[in-house]
Amino acid sequence: MNETAIELIGINKRFGLVHANKDISLKVRKGTIHGIIGENGAGKSTLMSILYGFYEADSGEILVDGTKRKITNPNEAIAAGIGMVHQHFMLVDNFTVLENIMLGAEDSAILNKGIARARAELKRLERDYALEVDPDAVIEELPVGLQQRVEILKALYRGAEILILDEPTGVLTPPEADHLFRILGQLKDQGKTIIFITHKLREIMAITDEVSVMRQGELVGTRQTADTSVEELASLMVGRRVLLRVEKGPANPGDVKLSVRNLTVKDSRGVTVVDNVSLDVRAGEIVGIAGVAGNGQSQLLETIAGIRTASGGEVYLNGKPVDISGKADPAELRRRGLAHVPEDRHHMGLILEFEEAESAILGYHDQPDYLNGVFLNVDAIRKDAEAKIKAYDIRPANARLKTANFSGGNQQKVVLAREIEQDPDVLIIGQPTRGVDVGAIEFIHKRIIEMRDAGKAVLLVSVELDEIRALSDRILVMFAGRVVGERDGEAGEDDLGLLMAGIEEDREAAE
Amino acid sequence: MATPYAKLPGWVEYVLIPLINLIVAFAVAGLVVLLVGQSPIRAATLLVDGAFGYGEGIGYTLYYATTFIFTGLAVAVAFHCKLFNIGGEGQAYIGGIGVALACLTFDTILPWYLTFIVATIGAALFGAAWAFIPAYLRAKRGSHIVITTIMFNFIASSVMIYLLVEVMKPAGTMSPQTRTFGEGGQLPQLDWLMAIFGLDIGGAPFNVSFLLALAAAVFVWVLIWRTKLGYEIRTMGFSEKAARYAGIKDSRIIIIAMLISGALAGMMALNPIMGEQGRMQLDFVAGAGFVGIAVALMGRSHPAGIIPAAILFGMLYQGGAEISFEMPEISRDMIVIIQGLVILFAGALENTFRPAISRFFGARAAKTPPVSVGSAG
Amino acid sequence: MDIVVLTIESTIRLSVPLLLAALAGLFSERSGIFDIGLEGKMLGAAFAGGAAAAVFSSALMGLLAALVVSVALSLVHGYASITQRGNQIVSGVAINFIAMGTTVILGQAWFAQGGRTPALTGDARFTTIDLPFAEALADVPVLGTIYSDILSGHFWLTYFAFAMVPFAWWVLYRTRFGLRLRAVGENPGAVDTAGISVTWLRYRAVICCGILCGFAGAYLSMALTAGFVKNMTAGKGYIALAALIFAKWRPVPIMYACLLFGFLDAMGIRMQGQPLPIIGPVPVQFIQALPYILTVILLAGFIGKAEPPKAGGVPYVKER
Repeated sequence: MNETAIELIGINKRFGLVHANKDISLKVRKGTIHGIIGENGAGKSTLMSILYGFYEADSGEILVDGTKRKITNPNEAIAAGIGMVHQHFMLVDNFTVLENIMLGAEDSAILNKGIARARAELKRLERDYALEVDPDAVIEELPVGLQQRVEILKALYRGAEILILDEPTGVLTPPEADHLFRILGQLKDQGKTIIFITHKLREIMAITDEVSVMRQGELVGTRQTADTSVEELASLMVGRRVLLRVEKGPANPGDVKLSVRNLTVKDSRGVTVVDNVSLDVRAGEIVGIAGVAGNGQSQLLETIAGIRTASGGEVYLNGKPVDISGKADPAELRRRGLAHVPEDRHHMGLILEFEEAESAILGYHDQPDYLNGVFLNVDAIRKDAEAKIKAYDIRPANARLKTANFSGGNQQKVVLAREIEQDPDVLIIGQPTRGVDVGAIEFIHKRIIEMRDAGKAVLLVSVELDEIRALSDRILVMFAGRVVGERDGEAGEDDLGLLMAGIEEDREAAE
Repeated sequence: MATPYAKLPGWVEYVLIPLINLIVAFAVAGLVVLLVGQSPIRAATLLVDGAFGYGEGIGYTLYYATTFIFTGLAVAVAFHCKLFNIGGEGQAYIGGIGVALACLTFDTILPWYLTFIVATIGAALFGAAWAFIPAYLRAKRGSHIVITTIMFNFIASSVMIYLLVEVMKPAGTMSPQTRTFGEGGQLPQLDWLMAIFGLDIGGAPFNVSFLLALAAAVFVWVLIWRTKLGYEIRTMGFSEKAARYAGIKDSRIIIIAMLISGALAGMMALNPIMGEQGRMQLDFVAGAGFVGIAVALMGRSHPAGIIPAAILFGMLYQGGAEISFEMPEISRDMIVIIQGLVILFAGALENTFRPAISRFFGARAAKTPPVSVGSAG
Repeated sequence: MDIVVLTIESTIRLSVPLLLAALAGLFSERSGIFDIGLEGKMLGAAFAGGAAAAVFSSALMGLLAALVVSVALSLVHGYASITQRGNQIVSGVAINFIAMGTTVILGQAWFAQGGRTPALTGDARFTTIDLPFAEALADVPVLGTIYSDILSGHFWLTYFAFAMVPFAWWVLYRTRFGLRLRAVGENPGAVDTAGISVTWLRYRAVICCGILCGFAGAYLSMALTAGFVKNMTAGKGYIALAALIFAKWRPVPIMYACLLFGFLDAMGIRMQGQPLPIIGPVPVQFIQALPYILTVILLAGFIGKAEPPKAGGVPYVKER
């Protein structure tokens, strides 16, 4: 039980200016399930891609079963007995299960023999691990849970002794996830070693033996699961960030400005991502939505903003209904007083190739202030951008520079200035300070509170719990697409952490 | 495409790299000249002399350039919307119907400048109409616009053969062409313009449609960078997600961008039909639609780049004719090779020399890739 | 009866280059590399074949030259699309122009016959093959006619082309190479994570494409006609592309599509203004445009949906 299956020593990896893995050392014991937890962008997937030979580390060593291995491509990883189930399945959609399993392990140039062997082997794996799947089914016709099973079978077919699963439950429904956990338990019982990557605390507690926590490219601790708690892991994940608490007085809520009733949203695969959510935001208050990333907050925001189509429910803006059938035009919502700071700054909030002044009118480019008939009023646009650059201290102070040349914090200020200065009734903000330097965070937080004090309704989504607690007057917690609890702005971190992990909900369900 | 390249100074990005790509293309073309046992240097000298050495040569160079400005702008407008309109050839061909109809109707009753206006509108309408179906199918049904526009080139060719042989050919004549237009259907030379510079263009068909081409270039610049529509086209071209966020209707923008592209391609027909032949003949487009691709790639989809690129190709066409006269081994097909090489080196291999150039300028890696045009619609 | 036999015979004759080129495109596009340069590769091969066959008085040498040139052009396309991750459409267009110009310039320089290569005679040209007992069976009604007039008497390249249909199917669906090739056109990530080189796999697909285009070009200049003529492909590469799309990137339907388009070509030549029975006079240009019109209708999704390989046209970059 105490043998080491995998040992990583001093792994470093940089992508340009991003230091994705900083000097990471890690031991995984044989025959255990080892969890790796961390927020999005903590470097978990990069580390596993290095172990699987998909990327090469800049420095560091990999030991498999105590021997040093050079793993520079997936072939070498497979040869070392490592298999990986990727977050986005690496399956060919229009191939059969059998074809997918054989790909890269066909035995011979002509398929006949290989097919026979694969069929027999698949039968055996099915028997040994209770992993049933029709070998002749076409992947795209299988539900996601079964597709994932094919990925696991693929690894086992190649003789994997060590199985890496990257965020395996992200695409699964709760019953499918439970089934996966049973399968992983069986694999462990058969002596396989499993590395399980997730950002969900509950899963770590449920199935792992040991857990390592990553934060901002560093490995900040390894614990025996039995000896740790959700609270400890949560604080390791988030860390104690130096957050200057912004001064804010009591809220003065007025009329309901934004009202969401029983909103349900499905993603392109038909999985329900927002499940029957209702909420109200009043003038003069900030409502924060807390939750671990991937629990439906992003889709909720995008649906309210008219970017996604809802499959059920209603949204009211200033008391009037909004068409959520996909015809709700974001431009129309803007005219009706809704401003939106999107989560995805680079692909949605800005055009990196545009001049700053051009990015600063995105979405408002049809407003008369910026136009002379059909022409852009370039003078007005640049003057306006320069005024905002001054007011928001955006650097470099040059409206004609390409947006890509600004730092993350300054880009975010460009978006924020654009949306706030339109004087909207309702402001919805996703991840206001993601990838933003500390100096800009305080500035952005102040602006959001000023909006509230000016009597605007603010709906805030953030995966940073500290941020939610610092800004919100009321906090809603989302888990698995649902709002699982509501607290006031003074709620404790532990209390919220339990809600975010879905634990509170389980307790309520059990009662 | 997602490979991050180092950020380079503007003049390197927009002048040096295109220039290097161009020089490589010409160097390879020089090898072909060597292969047929001729002197590339003599060929180059003849080329430049033939194109710019005397008034009539310049006249012809600018006559060809006029055509390529139109087709280059057509490709560029679509590129800005991330659409690859490879159908300029067919749109220009069909645009000819508009020109011919206007001239056949009004050439004896209106002065040329009035016919010209009607013909311009006709050319634009017919060209745009030919772009409409591929555009509509792309916007509403997701059909691959590269393939549909290629198919429409061939369909246009069949349509025009049919029209010229069966419908528009005057009774009792043999060759598939319309009758020759009267004075009201022919554009005057721009000899006075060249005379200002002390040049005599002789018989060169350099005509007023050149001024229209320049106006079109200004129009495209204003459209793309100075109108709301252009803003929306560029937003669509850079990020469909951002366009959705900004409330821009994607199918509407795709269709409008393609209509403008088709109209510009169609206007190309004015130059050969009204400006040179005085009638519509079979195959008057002669590959100009495809040259437009090379011109747009070289000119980086900016009118300020397209005009010099069009003049360069005008020089190739005129100077190439001169070379083939002096060096019969090098026929005008040499231009086609150079055109292909320019498309290859300025288009498909545009990033080949970039890493070396970046190293030379010691630029640090930046996060954003350079603007890359036309990743197929 | 005669007319029917003649039409079928010329349909077969005209569909051979389409078939070879479309199968060539099949290999490239199923691997995720779009190829609108079929025309150029065929043209280059036709010229190389015609020129080498004339110089060496050997059809075999001609074929060899055709293959070399076509594969070389394929590799240029591969280099641009796979290694340099350039735009595949732009690269294809470039190759078409380079081939179009170079064949004429070199042809004129080397043979001085206005871009033609010298007429091929004797061993320099492919000859037709009479199937066994073709003559003896010619008098048997119907079946004998079919055997001796339709099936017998073609160039060996014709039999080769039709044999390539089941062969291509077998390669794509029954071999390791085919499995991987189809996979890389759908999801290169799946191939990469399975430890297979995406680059090398795609290069091999592109080489297969070059080889088949080489045969198509050789057929044009050394079988169908006796020598290379300027721009002799005349859009056949694009018709082959249309057939490939029309057949939804599958080998057997490609054969039917090519026969259909070959038949339309044969009809176009045969009719020349004669009215069709029942339908009446149809402009010959309409018949000529029909392959393109049908392809557009298919692309519009009105007669089934033509779904290209998912990773087609997109250079492979490892995801972060």
